[in-house]
Order: sequence, then structure tokens, then C-alpha cells
Amino acid sequence: MERLSNLSYKNQRLLIILLFSLVPVALLLTFSYLPVFKMFQYSFTSWDGFSKKMEYVGFDNYKTIFTRPEYFTVFKVSLYYFFATFVQMGLALYFATILSFNVRLKNWFKGILFFPTLLNGVAIGFIFLFFFKPEGTLNTLLDLVGLGAWQQKWLLNPHLINISLAFASVWRYMGMNFIIFLGAISSIGSDIYEASEIDGANRWHQFRHIIIPSIKRILQLNLILAVSGAIGVFEIPYVMTGGSNGSGTFVIQTVDVAFKYSKLGLASAMAVVLLGIVILVTILQRVLIKEEK
Amino acid sequence: MKKTKAVTSLAALTLMAGLFAGCSSNNNTDNTAATNGGNTGTGTEATAAPEGDAAKDIKGNITVITQRTDIVDTVFKDYAAKFNEKYPDVKVNFEALSSYEDQIKIRMGTSDYGDVLLLPTSVAIKDLPEFFEPLGKMSDLEQQYTGLEERTVDGISYGIPVTVNFSGVIYNKQVFKDAGITEVPRTFEQFQTALQSIKDKTDAVPLYTNYAAGWTLTQWEADLATVAGDREYVNIAQVASDDNFVPGQPHYDLYKVMYDAAKNGLIEEDPTTTDWESSKADLANGKIGTMMLGSWAIGQIKGLATNPDDVGFMPFPTNADKILVPLSDDYNLGVSIHSQNKEAARAWVDWFINESGYPTTEGGGMSPVKGAELPEILKQFEGTDVTFDTLAPAKAGEEGWVDAIDKEAEIGLWQPDFKKVIIEAAIGNRKDSYDDIMKDLNDKWKAARAKITAAQ
Repeated sequence: MERLSNLSYKNQRLLIILLFSLVPVALLLTFSYLPVFKMFQYSFTSWDGFSKKMEYVGFDNYKTIFTRPEYFTVFKVSLYYFFATFVQMGLALYFATILSFNVRLKNWFKGILFFPTLLNGVAIGFIFLFFFKPEGTLNTLLDLVGLGAWQQKWLLNPHLINISLAFASVWRYMGMNFIIFLGAISSIGSDIYEASEIDGANRWHQFRHIIIPSIKRILQLNLILAVSGAIGVFEIPYVMTGGSNGSGTFVIQTVDVAFKYSKLGLASAMAVVLLGIVILVTILQRVLIKEEK
Repeated sequence: MKKTKAVTSLAALTLMAGLFAGCSSNNNTDNTAATNGGNTGTGTEATAAPEGDAAKDIKGNITVITQRTDIVDTVFKDYAAKFNEKYPDVKVNFEALSSYEDQIKIRMGTSDYGDVLLLPTSVAIKDLPEFFEPLGKMSDLEQQYTGLEERTVDGISYGIPVTVNFSGVIYNKQVFKDAGITEVPRTFEQFQTALQSIKDKTDAVPLYTNYAAGWTLTQWEADLATVAGDREYVNIAQVASDDNFVPGQPHYDLYKVMYDAAKNGLIEEDPTTTDWESSKADLANGKIGTMMLGSWAIGQIKGLATNPDDVGFMPFPTNADKILVPLSDDYNLGVSIHSQNKEAARAWVDWFINESGYPTTEGGGMSPVKGAELPEILKQFEGTDVTFDTLAPAKAGEEGWVDAIDKEAEIGLWQPDFKKVIIEAAIGNRKDSYDDIMKDLNDKWKAARAKITAAQ
């Protein structure tokens, strides 16, 4: 019988690498690529999500999407989240920089800032629903600090609703950006700071000339993730308002089409379109912020 | 050293083998279940529960899926105990889903969705035979139950309603008294006046929409037949008309009530942050005047009231000649086509509907069993011009058209969306007028109706 130990070391290594990667590759194929492939397949049918038979309709679903402008008007809601992205990144970078220096209660602050990321999105939706109620936390707080005149019906006012929701979204996702920035900043060697201090650099100089250039790649990555996140906003508005009062996003609309109107084929086509848009925006971003290497 | 490596890779191999073996064995059981199910499903033969002592012969383990998360560990446990007195060898397990409709839909993509479950309303009626066991010919079962026509395909019934609901306005009698309303409003005009006097004379919210919860807004649609004053309107007249949302039609009048109330400030202060759970208590205790709901809510609201007699029911306002309160099925109970213990499952269905008492107690409506007594709250209508009746089923060959047109048009008669738009427009958050919204709906209806009727 052929024994494994008869193989050369190189072949054994190869065999083991192959065997061990089988599991993750199988998981990846089953839970990532197969569903995407299926989604493409459904997008050419008029399947309702239950029925045993699927009718092939060609490009009809895509035609429907591109001939009905109301499917795209919701993208202007994404703009609110897009601008919120910059606020989110700015705050995350600010906190990450401060907390990378020696500050009192450093770990406690880190914990506080990262905490929202650990919470379930649905729970956050409910927390903020209470926060924005007319007699809720925010208005009570305003009253307490003497800004009672600023009280608003945060979710009722069509001009404020998306800003309020984007605020909740910033609160939720900033921790993640923050922790990534913090990791990147801590990888900068302390000798560089020391050297710069000897040269007379202050904190601002250090930030401007050491930190920013060192984490540029991470900054770009976070920006790409945040922007594609802004295009695909879903859970906060879905849980808090269900997309009503002008807060609907493209993903909410897709979910509605799939599950309220049982048009899984059309919804899959919408998902494919969204995927296309995200890919396009990512490429665009990479091209635009590409620099000489 | 070399030996260790060989051992590791062997271990990895065994692990992998185990994984795949696990998968494939599961597949096998699934396949057999599917084929068995398929065979029984194509026949129209029903699994009937045997009579008398034969009950002792039924054995098995069944899983009952319910939407009642609130009572699954209490009342349902008692039901199971009582059920076991009659069928000692059947073990009943319960599973409660919090958002039933969404979760069961996903489960039904597999063959594992319990033995006894509620028929999701979003499954197209014609697809029911693919998922549910036939319970018998409707012409036979009809002798015993009402409300079967809603889930019947080609004369075969696939579900029995767990309770029969009636829909209308649930109101607080004390609030009405405080507002000086002595007679229950009948017409649209009287109703708006009543709401206005609640606003003027009491601290209560005249009409609570429960906008944020969403699904609560869909309860209005059930009152369509009252507005039309015709039991044939919903399933017959509506599908025959291109003008479903034009002025003078029931849909237009129905949602005008909602629009006017919102426009005149007779609804809650901030609809976007309403809370369904607390609204029940508020109605019970006089902080809310009226809510549009089904009879199923009466029990829940009374349970929260300091004085349960304050909670009243009245028909939706209408200008029709006679007042018709429509009776409609709550969820229907059926047996999964993949069930391994269909006899036991069927026994549970029959027992649950006939003997558990659920339809009138926990269900809060009327029993679907013919000849059962009317609930207490309806006795006040005996001898008045208020009639209770089921909706006329669709004409032969037109079954499910309302649903098909609705979905094709993406109107969402039973979805909250356009009701939310109406409220948003009424409180000034949108530019479109009520007539704009109705015209848009009507255009969609017309286009979709043309498509659906042409396809048949």
C-alpha cells in the first residue's frame, strides 16, 4: 500500500495544503458563490419564491427596472449616508489618533467607542427609535440642557428623518472604522515618533506627516467599504421606519419586491443591478484616488 | 516526525469523510420524504382522523408551528395535555415563530416545516397542493365548517380557519361618553364628527393609526366589504372593474376616512414612532378613542383594561344601505405534505378546531364549526340592521385574481405601503394630494388587470 510518508516532502506538503483548504473553499463556494450564481439565474425568471416551477423570462426583469424611474429615485436617500460616511471616517480617525497616544482611561474609551459594533443592528434600531421619539431621549436631553426650543419630531419631519437615520448609522459603524484605524496606527514604530520629537515635531506634525501617510492604504480601504455601505444601506432604516416617510433605500425596495409582492425574479435582478453599481463605484474610486507608486 | 504528518493528514481525511457523509445521509432522508410526499400529494385522498377507540392506535411525534409566541409555553402546553388524554401515544412539540409569515416562508423552501402549521397567506392559492396535505373535499367538509372557501383549490380544502374574524372599529365607550357621543356613528360624516368631538372634548387621541408598526394599517382593507355594503364586492365586482380607486368606489371612500382623519389632526401626534403594544393598553384605558382592527384584538385589549366593559366594537362607517360586517378567516391550519405522521397531525387539526376552544377563547373570534354560539360582544347586534356574513368567493376560473393583480401592480392591498403614503400626504410630508395617490393606484390596477386577465 502506498504510504503517505513515501511521498516526497514537497508532495506531502502540497497534499496537506490541498486537504486543509478543501473545507474553507467548500464553505466559500456553498455560501458565497453558489447564492450569487443562483441570484443571477433567478434574475432571468419570474419566480415567486415558492412555486416549484420557474418560468424563464429573459431580460424582462432588467427591462422593468430600467424603464421605471421610481426604482432609482431612492438612490438620493443614499446621498445622506454617503455624506455621513465622511463624518464617520473623520470621527473614527480623530478618536483613533488621540487614543493611540498616552491618554488617561485609554482602554475604557476604546471599549466605549467599539461597543456599538458589538450590538445587533435590530437592537440598535429599537434603541434609536426610542431615542428619536417626541418624548424620547434626545428631546428630553435637549430640554435638560436648556435647548428645549430645538426639540423636533425627528422622524416625522421629512427634512430631518434621513439625517437622523444617518446619525444612527454613524453611531453604529464608527467603532469598526475606529478599530481598524487604531490597529493601523499602532503598527507605526515608536522610534519614528521619538525621532520626530527630537526634530521638534508637535502632535499635529506627527499626525500630518507620519500617521496619515502610513495608513493611507487603510484609509482608502475604509473609504471604499463605507461608500459601498452607503449604497447598500438597509437595516437601520428598515428596522426604524420600514422605509416609510421618504427614508426608503434601494435594498429596502428590493426586499419589498421580493417578499411583499412575491417577485423574487425581479428582486434578484435588482440585486444584480445593485452589485453592478457597487462594483462600478469601487472601480471608479480606485481609479480616482490612485496615486503614483 | 514523518509519522506525525501522516497521522495528521489521515485525521484530516477522516474529518472530511465525516463531513461529507453527514451531508449525504441528510440528503437521502430528504429525498425519500419528498418522494413520499409527492405521491400522496397528487392524490386527492385525504387522511381522515379515525373515530372512537382507533384514536389509541395513532402514534407519533408531531411538531406544531404557531405564531402565538405569547401563549406557546402556557396555553398550548395545556392543550397538548388535554390532547394526550384522547391520543396518549402522540407526542406534540410546539414551535412558535415571532414573525410567522416571513420565517415560515423561508422554511417552506425545504421539506422541514413541521407537521401542523398555519397556511401562510402569501402562498398563492394554486400552489397550496405543493405544500399541504388535502384535508378533504370542500363539499363534505362544508357540512361541518365555515370559511373553507378561502383556502380551497379545485374543490379540495387544504386548511381550516383557526378562528373566524370580523373587522371594524374597536373603540373606548368611556371616551365616546366623555365626548358626548350618544349614538354609535354610522356614516362617514358622523364618524368624522365623532372623532372631532373626541379631540375637542377629551384628551384622548381620536384615531390611532399605528403607522410605525405597518401591518396594523392593513387591517383597514378588511373593511372594504362594509364600505361597499356588498358581500360580492371584494372577490367578484372588484376584479371585473378597471376603476377600483376612482371617487365613489369603495376603496376611495375607505381610505378617505384615513386621509381626512390625518388631515384634520385627529390621529396621533407623531405617527412615525407609534408603538403597537402600548397602543392596546392606551385604547383599553381611555387614552385612545378608536382603532381599526379585527375581532382578534378585542380579547387582548380587554385583558389590559381596568374596566373591560369600556371596550366596544362597531362596524366601519359606511354610506351603503345596509351594514355588512365581513367575516373572514384568520390563519388556516393545515398539515405539511412532508409530515411523517400525517394521521397524528390530522388528529391535532381536528382536535384543535373542535375541542380545544381556541377559536373563541384565545383566537378571539367565532368558531368555524357550524352552529357554534356567537361571541358575547356580538349579541348587541342581534335584531339590528347589522348583518354578519362571509365574503362571496370568486367566480369559477377567477380564483386568486385579486391577489394576482395586486402583486403584479405592486399596489399592496394587504401591505402597509400606500396607507403610509396616504398618512404622509395628509399630514403635509408629501406634495401629492389624495386624488393623486388614488389615481396612481388606479393606473397600476388597470395595467396589471389587463395583463392578468389576458394571461388567463
